[in-house]
Amino acid sequence: MSTEERGTEAPVDAEDVAPEPERLHGALVTYSRGQQVLHVSREDYLPLLRALADDGFHFCADVTAADYLQARHPDLPDSVTPERFEVVVNLLNMQERRRIRVRVQVPGDDPVLPSLFDLFPGTEAPEREVFDMFGIRFEGHPDLTRILMPEDWIGHPLRKDYEVGIIPVQFKGAPSSR
Amino acid sequence: MTTRNPTDATMGLSEGAQEIRPRSQTPVTELLREVGSVLRLSEADAATLAVDEPEAADDETMIINMGPQHPSTHGVLRLMLELRGEQVLRCKPIIGYLHTGMEKTGEDLTFLQGTTNVTRMDYASPLINELVFSMAVEKLLEVEVPPRAVWIRMLMAELVRVQSHLLFLATNGMDIGAVSMMIFGFREREEVLSFFEQVTGLRMNTNYIRPGGVAADLPDGWRASVERILDVLPPRLDEYDTLLTGQPIWRERLQGVGVITAEEALALSASGPILRSTGVAWDLRRDMPYLAYDQVDFDVLVGSYGDAFDRYAIRLNEIRESLKIIRQVLDMMPMGDYRVQDRKVTPPPRARIDESMEALIHHFKIFTEGFKVPEGEVYVAVESPRGEIGCYLVSDGSSKPYRMHIRGPSFYNLQSLPHMMRDGLIADGVAIISSVDPIMGEVDR
Repeated sequence: MSTEERGTEAPVDAEDVAPEPERLHGALVTYSRGQQVLHVSREDYLPLLRALADDGFHFCADVTAADYLQARHPDLPDSVTPERFEVVVNLLNMQERRRIRVRVQVPGDDPVLPSLFDLFPGTEAPEREVFDMFGIRFEGHPDLTRILMPEDWIGHPLRKDYEVGIIPVQFKGAPSSR
Repeated sequence: MTTRNPTDATMGLSEGAQEIRPRSQTPVTELLREVGSVLRLSEADAATLAVDEPEAADDETMIINMGPQHPSTHGVLRLMLELRGEQVLRCKPIIGYLHTGMEKTGEDLTFLQGTTNVTRMDYASPLINELVFSMAVEKLLEVEVPPRAVWIRMLMAELVRVQSHLLFLATNGMDIGAVSMMIFGFREREEVLSFFEQVTGLRMNTNYIRPGGVAADLPDGWRASVERILDVLPPRLDEYDTLLTGQPIWRERLQGVGVITAEEALALSASGPILRSTGVAWDLRRDMPYLAYDQVDFDVLVGSYGDAFDRYAIRLNEIRESLKIIRQVLDMMPMGDYRVQDRKVTPPPRARIDESMEALIHHFKIFTEGFKVPEGEVYVAVESPRGEIGCYLVSDGSSKPYRMHIRGPSFYNLQSLPHMMRDGLIADGVAIISSVDPIMGEVDR
């Protein structure tokens, strides 16, 4: 618990100042604009979340993802290997009134992650949304189906290689006034 | 179009049906979730559940659709219900009918245009969406908003909470059959909306709160208009108490209906009045203060039964608390700038454009290219009338967000609906949906 006492008010560039990288339950800690962020590998993802839940982070505020197809991941420490997808989990500790964010890298050629459903049943819908929008599968999810798009939809809209639709030009054949 | 090419690497993922299916075709894990057993954490409870839950054969039950066109589903919510007689055995909300890809659209709009996009998500409390998005952008920019802008934002946020709860009272009354309440609720809401029109030019989707401050200073006579609202509303709220709160029919329809416990609500990530109705005193305005909420005095209201009546009573009395805050805002409203005077973030005053070439250039740059936001990612959350609304924002250093995600409270709150509906009567279903107060624009985004 000693590493946690810094709270969210810790300096923004804590990782530059500290010679030894800060760790919490084995996960690398960084600060993004003063917000505490944990970086974890796919294998340690579920054990870390379980440890955080035991620490009092009982409320899973948000599960979302981002697709860094060719872009650089913001504020990623050097020791973490960037992958195409990044799943972001926001947890809330109501007792200590603080938030923590977990970022986990998910490779693009094998987008699978264990589901948090057993730990936080409230992740049922957001994990389905991440699956729907990014095509990241959650193992152990009871009902992993599309949630926002129609069930026969092809493709995952929030991926960066999914282009936004083009509205065909109307009156294409009409003669121009000029 | 390349986007729907079947050779896409995404093919081969199993994408099953979204619908509720007969028990014989439903996998055990899915069935357990639908009957709510995953939330009963202790083994003793699980054992009683097995006894309580008689095996329902497929020919004894009926699966029906409620919605998406049902008038009480607040837009386009579709519920699939498994019924035995009038009893609801399983319930599954099916959403997405209002999905317009606003998060994808948000990646294509500049940070300045972003507020016009997010304001349309939760259309019943548009200013709160603008607030959370603007606060996320400001967090990335690391700019400090001037005090007057902070207090203007608080004034508007509380007024929007008042009108959102009034809308809830109106629709809740209509759903349950107190039709006169619908007229009253909309009438009082109009008082607040006409103030929004006076300040922002629009009744809804105002695009008033923007990164760096607010779009314009409060107009002349704003204080009188707010005081009018403060005079008009309290006696009308007392009228609602007379009309509804003490009325036996109203209480019969709501008390003990749609009960959810604190453990269930927390596990399901429910927030706002749903969480508070179970007795958990959690309000971001008090517990993780933003803006200047630590300088005003107000109470966080909690219920004790977690039923539809508690949720109604909490929302009704939160209007009174909001009015209390607005009264304090009137006293403490500071003078000064209503937006950051940073030419790289906010446009110069209109008058400067006529006399200064630099002002003209800045104005042109901001409205064509937008301002650049340093690389980074943040999550900012505020208390909306429906619970915690969060904005996860990633910037790659350009003038458009790389990823913009809104944590809509209704989207999460909707997950508690099946647990409230279970074992209830279908006639209570309407009361329960109404008490969750989902705004489908925010659920589907």
